[in-house]
Amino acid sequence: MTRNPDRPLSPHLTIWKWGPGMLVSILHRLTGGALSVAGLALLTWWLWAIATGATAYEQFVTLATSLVGLIVLVGLTWAFWQHLLSGIRHLVLDSGAGFELRTNRLFAVLTIAGSLFLTALTWVIGMGVWA
Amino acid sequence: MSVGTSSTPLGQVRGTGSAHHGGEHWLRERLTSAASLLLGLWLLISLLLLPSLDRTILTEWLRGASGAVPMALLVVTAFIHAVDGLKTVVDDYVHDEGSRLLLHGMLTFAGIGGGSLGLFSLARIAFGV
Repeated sequence: MTRNPDRPLSPHLTIWKWGPGMLVSILHRLTGGALSVAGLALLTWWLWAIATGATAYEQFVTLATSLVGLIVLVGLTWAFWQHLLSGIRHLVLDSGAGFELRTNRLFAVLTIAGSLFLTALTWVIGMGVWA
Repeated sequence: MSVGTSSTPLGQVRGTGSAHHGGEHWLRERLTSAASLLLGLWLLISLLLLPSLDRTILTEWLRGASGAVPMALLVVTAFIHAVDGLKTVVDDYVHDEGSRLLLHGMLTFAGIGGGSLGLFSLARIAFGV
């Protein structure tokens, strides 16, 4: 769509500071992008490796349990929880609820705290089960 | 604001916005988000409940309907949700119509290609050779 140059852009485009709502909004995009690209590539590779045979699966496990692999896996676990929680927040906002400033801010902060907690919980349980 | 009491008549908003269309896309993004949420939790909890992540254990798990069917649904719904989400990002940041269509096409190809590879792999595990 072509922009009508006679109409103003947002007058306050350069006057802003970070707030929880903005942070969660951009994190939703970033984590969604990471899950879409790295997450689904990993899921597909994992299924392909299981299907292909013992050697392919061993290669997958070797790389996944390397230092870089573990950093990626922990990062994707956090991305999963953050996107899940901020996704729930978006579904609530879609219904028209949760726009009051304090509620909105609280819900945004809770998604961040929740995703960090659930990532830690996942790996504490995971290390007990998978190690 | 509920759907029924929307303050702007539908006729005035259809076709506007950066994607120029979109009620069905918007709704599908939300339906696949709910499906991906449930199936993603299912995958994570399943992986934590399995006795180990050895290939034999995983193969046995994905041979049964209780493993194979949700996994197939997860592959389908997660790829659709990912492609829908990435297309929304493209709509917001890419303003040249040609580039936008090209990127949409590439995302569609990548999504269907990746999803097919995932389903093929899963079928190969489930119907094992």
